[in-house]
Amino acid sequence: MIRFENVTKKLGGKTVLNDISFEVGEGETFVIVGLSGAGKSVTLKHMIRLMVPNSGNVVIDGETINGLSRAALREVRTKFGVLFQSSALLQWMSVIDNIALPLREHTRMGEEEILQKVDEKLRMLNLGDAGDKFPADLSGGMQKRVGLARAIIMNPKIVLYDEPTSGLDPVTSRRIDDLIVGMRKELGITSVVVTHDLHSALAIGSRIMMLHKGHIVENATPEEFIRSKDETVQSFLEAQYITKKGKWEKVGHE
Amino acid sequence: MKDSGRSAARMGSQVLQLMQNTGHAMFMLLEAIYFTRYVFSKRSRGETLVQLYITGIKSLAVITVVAMFTGMILALQTGLELRRYGQEVYIGSAVAVSMIREMGPFMTGLIIAASVGSAIAAQIGTMTVSEEIAALEVMSINPNRFLVMPRLVALVVMMPILTVYTNILGIFGGGVVGATQLGVSMQAYMDNATQFATNKDLYVGLLKAAIFGAVIATVACHQGFMTTEGAVGVGKATRRSVIISFLVILVLGYMITRMFYI
Repeated sequence: MIRFENVTKKLGGKTVLNDISFEVGEGETFVIVGLSGAGKSVTLKHMIRLMVPNSGNVVIDGETINGLSRAALREVRTKFGVLFQSSALLQWMSVIDNIALPLREHTRMGEEEILQKVDEKLRMLNLGDAGDKFPADLSGGMQKRVGLARAIIMNPKIVLYDEPTSGLDPVTSRRIDDLIVGMRKELGITSVVVTHDLHSALAIGSRIMMLHKGHIVENATPEEFIRSKDETVQSFLEAQYITKKGKWEKVGHE
Repeated sequence: MKDSGRSAARMGSQVLQLMQNTGHAMFMLLEAIYFTRYVFSKRSRGETLVQLYITGIKSLAVITVVAMFTGMILALQTGLELRRYGQEVYIGSAVAVSMIREMGPFMTGLIIAASVGSAIAAQIGTMTVSEEIAALEVMSINPNRFLVMPRLVALVVMMPILTVYTNILGIFGGGVVGATQLGVSMQAYMDNATQFATNKDLYVGLLKAAIFGAVIATVACHQGFMTTEGAVGVGKATRRSVIISFLVILVLGYMITRMFYI
């Protein structure tokens, strides 16, 4: 579904991604972890061509997106919903208008149908009474949920989450984790999650890839990841008080 | 030798950067002009109306004060000089021609660049650093259609209208000074003003105003999109937007005058 082929990206003379290759399969919840500056968000931005690699290819559903025309890129981007780290809600628009924006821009739906669809998403994400509020009036967790509602309003096949739980309290973080798992279970959405919260990664991920200094140091299932022999992975696990015995709990996985 | 080489390289890179930025800004402007065909579409007209309101109505108070005092200062300065030769009756033409040809569009341009242009740069700059522009792109919403086009239309439409308002108030302010300070009746002042100002002066002034509007929109939006470095970057983008707009307005104002009057 998503394939990186020997992707290298340099920013300001620094190599941020160094010849990385990996693949994300349909229906997976693929989590990318790593320290700050490891290249996680840069990887995510390549998937929707907000960035273009210096060398290598990014392939979405068999189509290399590096050199696509605007029209073709637009087609590819319809497959994606993105929850940005800052939620990226338009501040001058109400919650309803933010969520309705893609529908108003890209469909010929009537206003009544649009509002009905928005209402569905608001209920699904427990935002029932927040519709008329503006982003500045919402808590961080609510902003993330509104961002998620906007990301899935066009029924994308893939949702990208950039640090979905950063800056949130543990209870709200857990709620967001549940939502991510719910997206996969209820809507069959493929998810790619960037985080440095390993507890969250282990709880929601079907596979975890760790980036370090632009290289992939591990790409494994949570069970394999926690027993990785790589020193960087082990120090990352230890830094978050996670031991090889697996002091973590799965969410939504049977 | 090494130092001069380094300086030349730095200068070359700055020139290259300037050309690249100008190219980006021109591309953005051309695309926004192309998108003006959607100005009355359901998805664009709301934002365009909001921008027309912000540019036009919200700027009226400051324009009123600046326009009145510009006309009053012009009348006082020229009137005092003309009085030495007993020709103070000619302040009408001096103020009217100066306002309509130059001062009207120029002062309106500066005010709008400082108020509306800076606000546009700050808003788009904040949207850029908080990933809102990236979100628009991912949703396949072209920021040049969604953000730039309504602001461009609002500024190009409102600048000439505001300039006419500035001209009227400036000429009126000059008349008040003429009547109260220089002993020139309002009737004589207005007769003199209408005798010397031509239609060409008005058209050229309004053309300048529309071009200044396009300049302010282009510079402000472009600086907003180029913003980096968070809140500090937004401040820098806002400052750069005002400075660049001022400079371009000055240079273009001179060039347009030269083109039509020499």
